[in-house]
Order: sequence, then C-alpha cells, then structure tokens
Amino acid sequence: MRHLMNPLDFTVEELDKLFRLAQDIEKNPGKYAHACDGRILATCFYEPSTRTRLSFESAMIRLGGKVIGFSDAASSSASKGESVSDTIRVISAYADICAMRHPKEGAPMVAAERSGIPVINAGDGGHYHPTQTLTDLLTIYNLKGKLDGYTIGLCGDLKFGRTVHSLINALVRYPNIRFVFISPEELRVPDYIIEMLKDKNIPYEEVIRLEEVMPQLDLLYMTRVQKERFFNEEDYIRLKDFYILNTSKLEVAKSDMLILHPLPRVNEISVEVDDDPRAVYFKQAQYGVYVRMALILTLLQITV
Amino acid sequence: MLNVGKIEEGFVLDHIKAGKSLAIYEHLQLDKLDCTVAIIKNAKSDKMGKKDILKVECDIDMLDLDILAFIDHNITVNVIKNGEIVAKKELVLPKQIKNVIKCHNPRCITSIEQELPHIFILADPEREVYRCKYCEEKYREGAKKF
Repeated sequence: MRHLMNPLDFTVEELDKLFRLAQDIEKNPGKYAHACDGRILATCFYEPSTRTRLSFESAMIRLGGKVIGFSDAASSSASKGESVSDTIRVISAYADICAMRHPKEGAPMVAAERSGIPVINAGDGGHYHPTQTLTDLLTIYNLKGKLDGYTIGLCGDLKFGRTVHSLINALVRYPNIRFVFISPEELRVPDYIIEMLKDKNIPYEEVIRLEEVMPQLDLLYMTRVQKERFFNEEDYIRLKDFYILNTSKLEVAKSDMLILHPLPRVNEISVEVDDDPRAVYFKQAQYGVYVRMALILTLLQITV
Repeated sequence: MLNVGKIEEGFVLDHIKAGKSLAIYEHLQLDKLDCTVAIIKNAKSDKMGKKDILKVECDIDMLDLDILAFIDHNITVNVIKNGEIVAKKELVLPKQIKNVIKCHNPRCITSIEQELPHIFILADPEREVYRCKYCEEKYREGAKKF
C-alpha cells in the first residue's frame, strides 16, 4: 500500500506516468466515469480549505466514487481530543482512501503509519502540499510540454509557503533548472532548502525586487502572504502588500512566461493580469482535479 | 582512592564527560539488563581533569552503543574479553534516534500529540544533521533532553 506524503515519494518516471494518465482523463472523461464505483474517499480536513477539499471531492465524484469527511477540526472528534492515529484507524474502516489536511506538520505521516488505507497529504502546516505540487507540475507539463530547462521565479512568502517548498523539492530532480527566489528578508526560503540546493549544485539567486529579475524568468510562481502563518498581526500587515504583480511589471517579461499561483489570490496579482494569456492560475485549478483523479486511481491500483 | 575491579567480558566506556554517566546509563537502558554495572563518577583524568567511567559486564553483542556517537564523540569504548581490552569499538552515528532529543518546532504534530515518539533521522551523515521524522525540523544543539 502506498501513500503520498511528499512530492518525492514518486520517482520522475512514476510522475511522468501519472501525468500521462491525467492527460488521458482530460481527453476521455467518459472512460473513467465509473472507475471508482463503490469506492469512498474520506476528506479529513483539520483546517478549512475550500479549494483543495472540493478539488478532491470533485475528483472522486468524477471517477464515480463517493465522499465522506469533515472540513474543520471543530466538527471532528479532534475537538474531543482524539489523536490522529486513532482517527485514521476508524476512518480506515469507513473509506478506501483518505485525503488529510492538518495544521500541524507531519500529521498525515502519523496517520499513514497507522492507516489501513492509502493516505494523501493534502497539506500539513507550512511543510508540504504534494497534490498542489502535482498540479503545478502537470500545468507546466501540459502548457510547456516538458519539465526541464527553466528559470523559475518564486515570489512572495517563501518561508512559510508549503507549496513553494514542495515545488522546489520536485523540480530539483529535473535537469537544467535554475531558481530565483524573490521575497522580503523576513520570508526567505528556509536554510534546509538552500543547503539542499548547494549540495546538488543547483543554481539559485535570492533577490528582493521582482522587477529586476522578471526578464529572465520562464515561469513565475506567485504566492499569497498567509495571515495564519504569522505569529502576530503587525508583521502580517507590514508584509502582505510587498509584492503585487500588475501589467506594468509584466511588460518586461518573456512573451511565453507562465504565471502560476496556488490560489486563493488576495491582492498579490492584480485582476487586470487575469486577461493576459500568460496567466494560467485558473487553468491550474482545472488540472488539479485531473491530477487528483490520476492519483486516486494510482493509489487504489485501479486500471481502466 | 576507590578501586573497581576488572570485568571479564563486556565494555568499559571511558572519557565520559564528568556527571554524564547516569544519563548514558539511562539511554543505553542498562537498568533493564541483569548484569553487573559499575558507575564511576568524577574519576581523575590527565586529559579531562575529571571524567566518568561505566563498566558493563555483559555479552558484547547485547548492547547497541551507536547512540553514544550522537551523545558524545569523545567517549571511548573498550571491548573486554577474558579480562583484557581486545578492541576499541568504532562508533557509527545511528540512522535513527528515538526519544533522545525532543522536536521543538511548535508546528510539529509531536507538539500536540504527547504519546508520539520523538524520532530523528540522520539526514546528512557528513554534517551530522538530524531531522525530525515528521516535520523535518533540524536538530539544534542544546535540544538534548539531558
């Protein structure tokens, strides 16, 4: 039985297979409409997340399966003090596969250790968010045709942004990748990621201003400065508007650069950018469903 | 001057930092073994001034001493057979350490679920870096429980 905790749990070859399956699902949805008949997905969300939870639910329903779950800790037995280990043992009796989001880092791994069903990490605190990474990779793969040879700018909250950490870890496995980290001093990428890049001799640059690096980027990954990741409100208010992408900043960008964003967007990308053909963040959400469908089929070992 | 006799078979853990022998006794779970153990505290040492020594009389395959490499590199492990030192054991950093250090990341699942073990994995043997199995927080000097 396999789980998905970290984007690195799948090899590059396995990811390639997963993306080809996702592409086939997109082209032939009817072929997969009953692939999960009689199967149940449990969405165990200990913190609210409309987007990821609905994406998982949509994925399972499109495969013909059914969904049970809870959408915040207050409506689960966690509010009575039940441990993650106990909850997953019970859920294992109710469902065939589980997607878990938890505010504490490593909680889905604790669940996977005790679980009788595959567990998908749907985001654990500031740590990993592997299905968002699969979504990001599928978006690049579908719209650019390959996953190697890019200069990637990551902008915004690079310290607490789990989507960023997961994406970096996944992309370092492809050749000729170069990173440009664009963030305020307070929200720089964690040291362990920098150490990993140094060990692997992967080129990177850390800058404060987005404008100065824009012309060199093939991909620009924007992130939201999330209020819930801060310990005090003062820091949040000071930093949240630091990086806003607008059409004038985009004037110097490459014509085929892709702008990605894990969503939800607050104000870090002006609405005027939405009409730019380089803005692909809403397409990303669509690919997120296909990649989750492919993942559910893969972990349940269902072939169509 | 206090004299503690020779052991026939087992280990002599020498050059333990003065005062740390009881902590090592605990980590090696020597209380669970039915064998003779001598704890010598504050022995005179030319090199260290004062040091602790542990003598454990047991089958030499009975103890996993690798945790000592994590606790203190300077400890020397003499392997005793027939009352003589037959080897100095090379200590290798353990791949995993359980409940020796605590994860101090307030965002880690171990911070709210008390029954979970604190497991650290050797992430980088060259730099001797351990990371929490669950949140991957790096072990910080001073995080030791003892």
